Amino acid sequence: MNRYENVIAHSGGQVVSSNKVLKNTYLLLSATLGFSALMAVVSMAIGVPPIAYLVAVIAAMVLGIFVLPRTANSTSGIGVIFLITGLLGFGLGSILSMYLALPNGPQVIATAFAGTGIIFLGLSGYALTTKRDFSFMGGFLFAGMMVVVLAMIANIFLQMPALSLAVSGGIILIMSGFILFDTSRIIQGGETNYIMATYGLYLSIFNIFISLLQILGIMGGDD
Amino acid sequence: MEWMQILGVVAGVMMLFVLWPAYKHWSANSPKAEKGDWQAVLLPLAAVVGLVALLIMAVK
Repeated sequence: MNRYENVIAHSGGQVVSSNKVLKNTYLLLSATLGFSALMAVVSMAIGVPPIAYLVAVIAAMVLGIFVLPRTANSTSGIGVIFLITGLLGFGLGSILSMYLALPNGPQVIATAFAGTGIIFLGLSGYALTTKRDFSFMGGFLFAGMMVVVLAMIANIFLQMPALSLAVSGGIILIMSGFILFDTSRIIQGGETNYIMATYGLYLSIFNIFISLLQILGIMGGDD
Repeated sequence: MEWMQILGVVAGVMMLFVLWPAYKHWSANSPKAEKGDWQAVLLPLAAVVGLVALLIMAVK
């Protein structure tokens, strides 16, 4: 086999491998989203208080930081990702119950759900068809996320609706960027672990949904 | 409400602890953007902004 055949064989192998990661990621992502939705329904049926959302987010974050990276290369990683997404879904249920109590709550939830689906499918389709490498955005996205988190912490004390809207808008844009970034990393072979890839995409979808809910809840109210 | 605020701050600070090493890694190791790269990002992001505006009008 000469040098050129070697290069072709190598890149062909990489394409097969990244396609496998992509397929497994989307399969696991659909399963975790379904499980999350189920846990949200359970939480709504039980009538969990709103504080459960923050407790679930913190517990999921601890698992995502300390447990998932250590288990992602084994089958136990699948159990951990279901635990994380189940917790987030359970916490989400308490938020959805609050929105359902609003006069136009069901419409806001349905619109946010449809919007999140369109954004995710549209951006994933775009990243998959252009096959462009979006990893140049890495530093920019993480810096943007840190600015948004700082604004979020400040708004816990300031309680400014305009800042809350700006933070939600910023999160939607940054998470949209992360969908392009994560998808292109899978295609380019930068992410070879489908459990970690699923975790990244799931968090983007979850954050877009929560932020859309907040924006539509504020803007959709009576003037 | 006080507990909600404390938990919110705890979650935010934890997020910053997670984001900082990732930011340092990617700002040091990200490839430089080539011509047309940012345009390829801004186009779909503008579409997202348009969609959100449409959704807001739909729930008004």
